[in-house]
Amino acid sequence: MSSLLLMRDIDEPGLADIAVYERRGGYKSLRKALAMTSDAVLAELDASGLRGRGGAGFPAGRKASFLPKGDMDKYLVCNADESEPGTFKDRELMQKSPHMLIEGIVIAAHAAGVNHAFIYIRGEYEEQAKILDLAIAQARANGYIGERILGSGVSLSLVLHRGAGAYICGEETGLLDSLEGKRGNPRLKPPFPAIEGLYGGPTLINNVETLATMPHIIEMGGAKYAKLGVSGSSGTKVVSVSGHVTRPGNYEIDLGIPSREIIYDLAGGPPAGRQVKLWFPGGSSAPVLTAEDLDVPYDFDSLAKAGSMLGSGAIIVVDDSTPVLDVALKLAKFYRHESCGKCTPCREGTNWTVRMLERIDGGEATPMDLDIMASVQDHIIGNCLCVLGDAMAMPIGSMIVKFRDEFEAHLQSRQLAGAI
Amino acid sequence: MSPSNGGGAGFEYNQELGGRAIPRSRDGSRSPGWDDPVDLDKDPAAVPDPALIDVPPELRREFEEIIGRYPERHSAALPVLAAAQRHHGWCSPQAILQAASVMRVTPGYLTSVATFYDMFELAPSGRHQVYVCTNISCSLRGADELYAALEAAVDGDPDINVRHFECLGACDIAPMVSVDQVYYGPLQTSDAERLVADLRAEREPLPELALALRPNADAALEEDEAAK
Ligand SMILES: Cc1cc2nc3c(=O)[nH]c(=O)nc-3n(C[C@H](O)[C@H](O)[C@H](O)COP(=O)(O)O)c2cc1C
Ligand code: SF4
Ligand code: FES
Repeated sequence: MSSLLLMRDIDEPGLADIAVYERRGGYKSLRKALAMTSDAVLAELDASGLRGRGGAGFPAGRKASFLPKGDMDKYLVCNADESEPGTFKDRELMQKSPHMLIEGIVIAAHAAGVNHAFIYIRGEYEEQAKILDLAIAQARANGYIGERILGSGVSLSLVLHRGAGAYICGEETGLLDSLEGKRGNPRLKPPFPAIEGLYGGPTLINNVETLATMPHIIEMGGAKYAKLGVSGSSGTKVVSVSGHVTRPGNYEIDLGIPSREIIYDLAGGPPAGRQVKLWFPGGSSAPVLTAEDLDVPYDFDSLAKAGSMLGSGAIIVVDDSTPVLDVALKLAKFYRHESCGKCTPCREGTNWTVRMLERIDGGEATPMDLDIMASVQDHIIGNCLCVLGDAMAMPIGSMIVKFRDEFEAHLQSRQLAGAI
Repeated sequence: MSPSNGGGAGFEYNQELGGRAIPRSRDGSRSPGWDDPVDLDKDPAAVPDPALIDVPPELRREFEEIIGRYPERHSAALPVLAAAQRHHGWCSPQAILQAASVMRVTPGYLTSVATFYDMFELAPSGRHQVYVCTNISCSLRGADELYAALEAAVDGDPDINVRHFECLGACDIAPMVSVDQVYYGPLQTSDAERLVADLRAEREPLPELALALRPNADAALEEDEAAK
């Protein structure tokens, strides 16, 4: 049985309204946090072992502690761009429990000594933006954001900023450029945003789910939170499951349960008569796993050991009714479209990968093309400004390794069809 | 000259030029390419003189309210462009000129921003925007067939703009569409005709499939046979 934190009250009618949220105990954690020093709040976050839920899994408490101390403008940006294919957890959290996110933002801002916060929400989430706008106004009216929050010494402004459709703006430095009103090209790192981020000031960037977890950590205490889940991957995680399963949706799980339980027991597994062929454990950027890996525990370290990653916590299941080439081509086209064009290996590599996959599908390739395609992926990895290029190269590379026979058979059948 | 290419040669911000599209690379990607030479005779970019640009008063107020939210006025670029697009129907040169004059930036700056983001319409487009997600999770459940059915139902009607879109963050209701920024799903291929008929009749389309009105992962989905 999984513990429920973020989704405990999620289907409570009217939870998006501040009165209902407060009745369910909302904003109590903020009061508790404001009575603590920022160092004490940081210590709780650290003790919780919470790792970022946006993709990279960096320890959240440690990241918040990187911001320099002292009296200056510091920024917090909530990453609500949620564009990783397969991921839709932030959408549900923001839509149904916007105040949980706002409470988390104020707690994180207090911990890191931040005075200006932004939520960067993807432009397509218009309904969620409206809900958040309303919630922010309510929170301001009730004194949870603004000057001297609840009579404490903490002040925070909060602005909702809507994107306009670009996956790369989920990458944290692309996001910063976009929030500064530019094209969303990622920046060279270092300097890291904690030192030089938005408007050149120290900036903390966290995912929606990471921030929404913070009220629960303050409520139960970091040490108790750390007991949930498994060592190295503490706590609960909202997992988005989609693709060939009979009950797609968001499920909150204790980290470390077998992946099979999520895919079969919670999401219902593939339709009757079909088998899991491959699955992405952490969004489309994660190297694929196969039916053999279904018992891998669903946590950061176990998935890394299995050769993939937890990523954004989005499981995409593909069953045996779909050719692996179709999956690879969809992905490659997505990354080609979303590459910002700044680095040659990513811009050209995504484009050529699409063309080579189309050659295979058209029966014009030779088996050597598979080797060339694999080497293109190798040349992308580690050679770009951001990891969007890697995000295509890793899953495509893993498909070539694990499904080479199927690619070759696909090519052969197309060649035969062409010869007739 | 290809109408959709980068470079921007000869692209002038002239109010008379109302119908001219903003250039973007042929494959729709964000890297514009260099097929057209740069026009070296062109005057250097300048911030439009506010005295010479007419901006509808309500639009100016909206621009100014947006700019006021940010510590740095450039941050307003995306929401200002979105407001300009809502008013003009697309990011026309006139829309961009008006936005630039209030933001006190060059039109070229805003054009470079507009060409980066998928939600900005760079050519005149229909009154209704239908984004069809054809990314992985939706296509596993029939999104490509749905897209074809929608295109057939629209049958070239310039009022309804049907577009491929990348993952819209609603794979739990796959295959799904966003119609004028409202999410609907899961759709059957057979829903395409009704959706288009509803839009033409100015009715709210497919009300029972709107995401906002119900919890996701709902009972109806359990019965749903995955994919085609
Ligand atoms: C191409 C790309 C897209 C990304 N998209 C998102 C996103 O949509 N949402 C998100 O929270 N993080 C995204 N990330 C990860 C962010 O860069 C960053 O690591 C994260 O927001 C940090 O928050 P966390 O520490 O709370 O996880 C993306 C990264 C890359 C490279
Ligand atoms: S890796 Fe790709 S998306 Fe990232 S900065 Fe380079 S070109 Fe842009
Ligand atoms: S793949 Fe269509 S909404 Fe995610």
